[in-house]
Order: sequence, then structure tokens, then C-alpha cells
Amino acid sequence: MTLLLASFAPPYWLSTLIKVLVVSAVVPTTALILGMVFLFKIMSWMQSRLGPQEAGPRGTLQLLADGVKFLQKEDIAPNGADLWVFKVAPLVVLMSTLLLYVALPASMHLVVADLDVGVFFVLAISSLSVIGVLMAGWSSASKYSLMGALRAAGQLIAYELPMVLAVIGVVIQAGTMSLNGIVVAQNESAIFGWSGIGYPYILTQFLGFFIFIAAVQAELTQPPFDMPVAESEIVSGYQVEYTGFRFLIFFLAEFATAFAFAAIAAVLFLGGWAVPWLPVSSDWYYVLGPIVLFAKVMIVAFIIFWVRFTYPRFREDQLQSLAWKVLIPLALVNIVVTAVLKVVL
Amino acid sequence: MPPKPKVPGLIKGLGVTFGEMVKTLKDGPQTTQYPHEREEVAPRARGVIALHEENCTSCMLCARECPDWCIFIEAHKYLAPPRREGGKPRQKNQLDRFDIDFSLCMYCGICVEVCPFDALFWSPEHEYSEIRIADLLHDKSRLDQWMQTVPDFEPYEAGSDAKVRKVPR
Repeated sequence: MTLLLASFAPPYWLSTLIKVLVVSAVVPTTALILGMVFLFKIMSWMQSRLGPQEAGPRGTLQLLADGVKFLQKEDIAPNGADLWVFKVAPLVVLMSTLLLYVALPASMHLVVADLDVGVFFVLAISSLSVIGVLMAGWSSASKYSLMGALRAAGQLIAYELPMVLAVIGVVIQAGTMSLNGIVVAQNESAIFGWSGIGYPYILTQFLGFFIFIAAVQAELTQPPFDMPVAESEIVSGYQVEYTGFRFLIFFLAEFATAFAFAAIAAVLFLGGWAVPWLPVSSDWYYVLGPIVLFAKVMIVAFIIFWVRFTYPRFREDQLQSLAWKVLIPLALVNIVVTAVLKVVL
Repeated sequence: MPPKPKVPGLIKGLGVTFGEMVKTLKDGPQTTQYPHEREEVAPRARGVIALHEENCTSCMLCARECPDWCIFIEAHKYLAPPRREGGKPRQKNQLDRFDIDFSLCMYCGICVEVCPFDALFWSPEHEYSEIRIADLLHDKSRLDQWMQTVPDFEPYEAGSDAKVRKVPR
């Protein structure tokens, strides 16, 4: 079967169709998986309860039931809303999520677009969601929404920087900006001549990994960085006026982005879709690649959500000073040390 | 300044949530899966108000103190035969109606507190939801049935002089 997949060379229109269908199917699926496994189950266990039990076997279909409930709701817009912008805003946020999946490699050839500057593309696209958030906040004609959107914009811009700087360390070490190239570089090299586990960059770039995960938390506006959607003061931030389907899109985009960022972290720091004892050119990766990547994504996502369920919310000033005074200087030091070692060794 | 902890609080916090997850998976959760298994409510939980009809003198104190006005009392006077031979017939109150509307009741317990004749009691019974909201109006025979579920008062702590109240059966 792997050989069959390897020799599969569809015409242009068919491959485009397959890519579109796969990406549009993967985004909601990954959001459902993360929401179910982490938001419902792991979070419940950490709070000494069982989570949903009734919908489907052991409550596994609860999110589907919730999604159907959202679809049944009326699509309401506030009186003073800028209708056109209000309706498009969630789609802009979702678009940035969809585009993230374009560059993600699930194996050497299982990738929608294998870009030479995949890292650059991914980081640039991920900040597109700020525009959607600002549109949502401004057009809702509500002070809660506006405050939430401004906070979100300030936070996303502040944490964009440490994220980019943290990734630069990996790029320096791998010598390439292609996501597939980084995976190959991690799995083909050896530590002091021993290639048992390849050379996942988390071993040398653990500081970068820490900064990247912290910045991802902030990008997702998850606790402890959920000031833009802080319930106690601005109800639900920029999402406050949205109902039904459009709220569902925000929800989907948040969790699909969490999955995408976990996948990027897995690719950059944990060796991506490859395992070190199987050469990266093997045809087995047509089947094995997505499975390995999914396993690594679940590990990273567990860390992200574990932090989410543990810590209370940062104050706005603490949040900003963590980015500008701690994470960015640390990332700069990391870059300098990596660059020096790269040249010296 | 408080002393510096040996393990940073941030890491300790992660340990707490992880430990709780392991404990939940190993020993089960603190919660009960309600419709499938019944929770053991506290013996003095405020589930429903029970009425001991013989003790009620229809003094209306409970109805007047009720903040929601959810107690409805109607009574009439009648002449009871004298206690001793040749005495005067006694004037007594006969309770005609004693309803508590549990769709209005906010379970504050003021009626139980003010009752001077030990006619009202708390019962931990709580499963009496209805399809129609009007069915939540419990009349005096229903309220009297709840008396069977009222638990005995627990003894006070050692050294207390107060006499333990008795539930009339």
C-alpha cells in the first residue's frame, strides 16, 4: 500500500481538489480532537471529575452535539454593528488557521505546499488572525468587544516577537527555513556520533522551546494569557457579540490553531513526522508520518493545555512585561549563543 | 518577606494538577454521576420542608415571616369539648389549608426557625421535581408525608447544657 501511495501522481486538478478537501476536513477534526481530549477529558481529570459521559460512548460525541446546538442558534448582530465587517471577521480568523495547515508537512510528500521558507510563511500567516480579531472587536459596536480586541492586538503583537526570535535559533542550527528540511536535519544528524534518537532540537534549543510554547499560549489567548477574553471584566472580549455559527468558527479556529502550533513545535523541536531509526526517504512515511506527527503533537498539546489548566490569569502589565522584559531578552541571548556555537563548532 | 520555597511555585502548581489527574484516573473522581448513582446528602441538608400537622396552631407566623410569601394558610375556629367535667368549651383553630409553593420557596428556612410549636422541619429529601410548575405546590398531606424523612437531631457537643430537640413522630 505504501508503494501504491508513493507511485500515486494525480493530475493537477485532482491533487488540488484533494488538498482542498483534506485541509478543510482536517481543521475541524483537529479542533474536535483537541477540544474533546484536552478541554473535556484531561481538564476534568485535573479537576477530579469525569467530564461528559452521556453523548455517545463515554461522552465522546459531546462536542458534535455542542456544534449542532450552535448551528441551530439564530445569527444575531448588534444594532450598531458594522454588518459586513462583523460577519467577515470570524472567517478572517479561520482563514489564518487554514493557511497554517498549508505549509505543515505530515511526511516528505504529504504536504499541501512544500515551501522553501516554510517557517517564515507559518509565522507570518499566524499573525493574520490579529486583523480578524480587531475587525470583530471594532465592528461589534460594544465597549467590551473593543477593549478585548485592543488587548488581544497588543498581546499578539507583543508575543509575535519572542516567537519569531525563538524559532531563529532552530533555523540557525538547521541551516534551512524549510519545515521538511528542518525535519530531515533533525533526524539525519547524530549526537557525538550516536544516532539512536537522531538530534531533536529540544536538546539544544530547550530555551527556544520554552519561549515558543509560552508565546503560543499567548497567541491562542489561553490562560494564563487570556486577558483579551477575561470573563470577570470584559465578559468574553471580542467574541462577546457573536452567536451560533460565527461563535463556533471562533472556537474552531482557536483549537485548530492550537493543533497547528503544536504541530509546528513538534516539527521544529521534536523531529516532526520522522523517527530516527527509519531513513527519511523511506516510503513507509506515507503511512507512518502522519501517525508519528500526531503522537508528537499530542505530547506538545498536552503541555500547552496542562499549563492552561494550572495557572491563573496574568494582569495586563505583568503580561506585557513578561514578553518585553523576560522572553525577548532570553530569546536574543539564545540566538547569540546558538550563532556563536554554530560558527565555533 | 516570606521565605523562599524550595520548589518554585510555578512548577509545584503543575505537579498539583498532574497529581490530581493521576489520582482521578486511579481512584475515581470526587463527583458522583448523579442520575446513575445517588449522592449521600448531608443529614441536615435543606431539601424540603416537612409539616407536623398536629403541632400547627395556625398562628401564621411562618406565613408572615416568609420573604417570598410562598406559604398559604387557611383555618377556622371551632369549639372543642372542655378538658375537665363542667368546664368551658375551648376555642381552637382547625387548619384547613397549609400549602408551600416550592416554585417560589428560596429555602431560607426562616419559617422553620420562627415556628414556636415545632411544626416545621427540614428534610434532606430533594428529588421532587415536576413537569408542571404548578405541581410544586405541596399541600398539607404531602408536607405531612415528608415528616417520615426528617432525621433525628444530632446530640450537641460534649458539655453542652441545652437539651437535644426531638422530632415528633
